Amino acid sequence: MRSTRYAVAATMAVAALTLSACGGGDDGGSDSSDAASDSIRIGIKFDQPGLGFDEGGSYSGFDVDVAKYVAQELGYSEDKIEWVEAPSANRENLLANGQVDMIFATYSITDTRKETVDFAGPYFIAGQDLLVPTDSDITGPDDLDGKNLCSVTGSTSAEKIKEEVPGVNLVEQPGYAECVSVMSGGQIDAVTTDDIILAGLAAQESNAGQFKVVGNPFSEERYGVGIPKGSSNCEAINTAITKMIDDGAWEEAITANTEGADYTYNADLNPPEPEACA
Amino acid sequence: MENYLSLFETYNVPAAFWVNIQLTFWAAIWALALGTLLALMRISPIASLQWIGASYVNIFRNTPLTIIIAFGVLGLFGQLQVSLTEDFNLNFFRLAILGLSVYHAAFVCEAIRSGVNTVPLGQAEAARAIGLSFLPAARLVILPQAFRGAIAPLGNVLIALIKNSTVAAAGSVAAESASLMKTMIEFRGDLVIPIFLTFAVGFVIIVIPVGLLTTWASRKLAVAR
Repeated sequence: MRSTRYAVAATMAVAALTLSACGGGDDGGSDSSDAASDSIRIGIKFDQPGLGFDEGGSYSGFDVDVAKYVAQELGYSEDKIEWVEAPSANRENLLANGQVDMIFATYSITDTRKETVDFAGPYFIAGQDLLVPTDSDITGPDDLDGKNLCSVTGSTSAEKIKEEVPGVNLVEQPGYAECVSVMSGGQIDAVTTDDIILAGLAAQESNAGQFKVVGNPFSEERYGVGIPKGSSNCEAINTAITKMIDDGAWEEAITANTEGADYTYNADLNPPEPEACA
Repeated sequence: MENYLSLFETYNVPAAFWVNIQLTFWAAIWALALGTLLALMRISPIASLQWIGASYVNIFRNTPLTIIIAFGVLGLFGQLQVSLTEDFNLNFFRLAILGLSVYHAAFVCEAIRSGVNTVPLGQAEAARAIGLSFLPAARLVILPQAFRGAIAPLGNVLIALIKNSTVAAAGSVAAESASLMKTMIEFRGDLVIPIFLTFAVGFVIIVIPVGLLTTWASRKLAVAR
């Protein structure tokens, strides 16, 4: 009986600690929103090598580099940036609820999204492409009939490939890392999504030299900067993006983040011209 | 509202729920069979079988389902090249059923064991006294009473299984509801909350009758003592 009582007390103590820890986290969040004037919250992917990647507290990738440049131009130095994870399904909500000020997270500009958020940019035009083993003879979507492909569950790329090549066998996984793992096991012939995401995967140290990006994009994904509806920052962000492209930092960022992947971006469409703000 | 209704024209939501019901149906049958076998092992007088049953339950009950399902695709399919059928997509459906079955069998085993505990010791002693050995005693005397005492916990396992069938999304079963929900959110980010609520309400509608039915059956079929 006594030991039960101790167990209950211990459990409650643990629960209290856990809950207060949560409370602490929330407080931290609201503090920083009070101080929004001197820091900026930017949503990025944490799990996409080459674009937005969490390396244990520091962040790397092309999205991150563009975000840093734009923030600098808006008057926020690097230590004033608060990075927030923005998974695909949460991006609209993060902006609508004011939990982030800008999103740089492979965020394609689409008409349905424009109904809830505004976009600055685009700062890059990606295209859906294929990542294949280095010795593969696949050169584009025409070679895919009857082949096994992998993409992420519920992604635009997964839907697009089902439409383009109805004869394809599609494995849908929670992330691209899982796709690459199945491909290195030999059960999958290609992984499909936006070319720059694939380049980031191929450039990862553990995959170096094993995979190549086919380089035959079959869609146009215009990566924009997500901002809350009616935000006044749009013009300034566009100016910053144009400046980044003009002074060569844009080119540098792409090269640095896809190094080792044997990847060249689609030069017909890039670097892009930012659209007029709404 | 019009926006919301247009979702149902673009996406076949009932078909996605139907996939979950199919997953649940097959996994429930396999889990019940395997779980009953495990329960028999655990109550058997043979120490090595008891040990096997207990080890199985401890391993699978304590492994997250997502890991088991992901192993089906990444390990069995990806690395070991296991294929349960020639049909590419059906293969993932079956691997998901396999994962759901081995996981829930551990819970079914424990539910049946709790049912066995409702059978008075005198029943087993009487069965032995009339000369029945372990298996006939279990089949004719213990398990029929145990199942009737285990309906409520088995119902709980079934309810958990219905909802856990969404984890098949991690196993490349792209037609089921959690995967469809992800697709809908990707394309209709403006309707995130209505989409979430649609699927939450859908599962409530499926699960409530199961709960009512098992509660009713557990009362109706309880052994009067």
